[in-house]
Amino acid sequence: MIVSPVTNPAFNDAFYASLQTPPNGERIRTCLQCGMCSGICPYGYLMDFPPGRMIAALRSEIFDRVLKTDTVWMCVSCYACTEVCPSGIPLTEKLMTRAKEEMILAGQIPAELQLAFENSQRYGNVLGQSPRKRADWIKGIQAHVPIFGKDKKAAEVLWYVGDYASYHPRSQMISRALARLLNALGVDFAILGPEESSDGDSQRLAGERGLFEMLAHKNAQALRKYKFKEIITTDPHAFNAFKNAYPTLGITFPVRHATQFLAERLEQLKPLLKNPVNGKVTFHDPCYLGRANNIYDEPRALLQAIPGVELVEMSHSGKTSLCCGGGGGGMWLDGFQWERARTRTSEWRIHEAVAVGATTLAVACPYEPPRFEDAIKTIRQASGMEVRDVVELLAESME
Amino acid sequence: MNLVVPIKMVPDLVEELVIDASGARLDPDTVRLKLNELDEHAIEQAILLKEKGASQVVVVAPDIEGIDEVLFTAAAKGADRLIKLTGRWSYDVSNRALARVLANFIKTLRPELILTGVQAHNDLDGAVGPALAEHLGMAYVGYVSGVLITDGSARVRKEFPGGLIAEMRVQLPAVLGIQAAEKPPRYVPISKIRATMKTATIETFPAAELETIGAPVNVRLSPPETRERALMIEGDVNAVAARLVEIFKEHGVL
Repeated sequence: MIVSPVTNPAFNDAFYASLQTPPNGERIRTCLQCGMCSGICPYGYLMDFPPGRMIAALRSEIFDRVLKTDTVWMCVSCYACTEVCPSGIPLTEKLMTRAKEEMILAGQIPAELQLAFENSQRYGNVLGQSPRKRADWIKGIQAHVPIFGKDKKAAEVLWYVGDYASYHPRSQMISRALARLLNALGVDFAILGPEESSDGDSQRLAGERGLFEMLAHKNAQALRKYKFKEIITTDPHAFNAFKNAYPTLGITFPVRHATQFLAERLEQLKPLLKNPVNGKVTFHDPCYLGRANNIYDEPRALLQAIPGVELVEMSHSGKTSLCCGGGGGGMWLDGFQWERARTRTSEWRIHEAVAVGATTLAVACPYEPPRFEDAIKTIRQASGMEVRDVVELLAESME
Repeated sequence: MNLVVPIKMVPDLVEELVIDASGARLDPDTVRLKLNELDEHAIEQAILLKEKGASQVVVVAPDIEGIDEVLFTAAAKGADRLIKLTGRWSYDVSNRALARVLANFIKTLRPELILTGVQAHNDLDGAVGPALAEHLGMAYVGYVSGVLITDGSARVRKEFPGGLIAEMRVQLPAVLGIQAAEKPPRYVPISKIRATMKTATIETFPAAELETIGAPVNVRLSPPETRERALMIEGDVNAVAARLVEIFKEHGVL
């Protein structure tokens, strides 16, 4: 690595100060330089400045050197570093995200990520699809999915569907499964349909805070038009947005992940689960359900309620779960990260599922089925392994 | 060096295109406009030239739905003046009429170089650039993917079919039809666009009367015909392969 001379200590100090804001920002001063963050980071071995070394650079007033490298674009905001930090430093939320913001302000942005941002800005979804077609996934399905504004003005539950679960052909299957479950449970719910926009959380963690704020306010405006008691979503990134990020903008709505909502209705659900799902099932904890929000038990309780399921745990599970690679902009940096890593964390994860003899990899995030199904195609030993969202397995058991 | 970038908005093809009751145009209520992609490249090329020393970038556009955001984004990228021409614009104004109006106004700016997208997907009556050059009495080079300004002239890279590249010297003032900027159009964070909205101003000038003389009249628009040609072959791998071989033989491919 060529180290450039120090050019801007003033920038260094301003940046360092900007990290020391509540909550817990001041803890960055207590960094022990133990290196645990850098060791646990899935791509830390590829970074010139993994998190611990970024802090060392800040203390040496040479942070501009960090921004001359690709380091931050290898970060998938998986919270692994934050989880292990003995000083409780908000590494993911503050250090990595602020560093990405600085890269974007300096015009240093990988082309793939730029397209996702532009799509989010123009169409309200990262996939660049027509916003008018956001609810097209409900066409031709048997389950009834009412739309706020069109079918009703009030409902007990507002189901925030999210970008991938609305548009991605594979992830739409999760939405159709949840629609069946909600119908079967007699839940009074509705979706926002074309009025829904991207939750913006992954864009925020990829460094585009302004875009996140724009999308959050757009969603808030749509949500405030209708009466509902709580929001549910299958998307942990949307869940994280509503639970932790929107409140910082004064936007507060009660929210639960679909697995929490369904686990609460487990007794009502159990008699409906008739078809066995045979085989070994292993659960991949999504970063924004697990580490970021401490939800580990509900998805497992749901899986164990399905007849025939033998639940096995992979070597990384719960708090130590291995990221699928999609968070913090990773969904839109696939080519960029592949060029540097020549591997994907989703592939490592499939190897782990193979190692425990799993026939089904259960997930709880719409980013994951496409990522893991692609990974399975590249790993011979994984041939025949299936990837299913927890709600898909529940719906299949109902059939 | 005064650079002028005339831009136009075109229907966004991400949205469903609906033909209106007349059968001759897209239903304006369903059309959503976006900046012509190659005009975005023209803006980028102008900003790159500014970064290399050109003094001023002026972006000129018809006053049509969505244009303010496009102009503010151009300012956030580095454009100095934002101008919209007010008038009875519609999304499908003919390029001949547009070029006359633009020429009328742009000559008052005394530009040394005009950069515009070489084409747009709704150019039914020729591109704006050559018509503009004709009205202004300037030289025109299209399909340009690189510009270097030297004393009183520009060295431009012009793309020909088959990958052939020509380097040409053009006396200024001139009009360039931009095929691609030297770098992909840059990203400006939303926070920067918002800050620009607070500080930048969009100047408005009345457009001259639209004259559509010489423009073709659209009689009928039709969506591409769709037919169900796909055949899904079911069965085990051997049966599917055998059937595929049969089909290839039937069509003389094998």
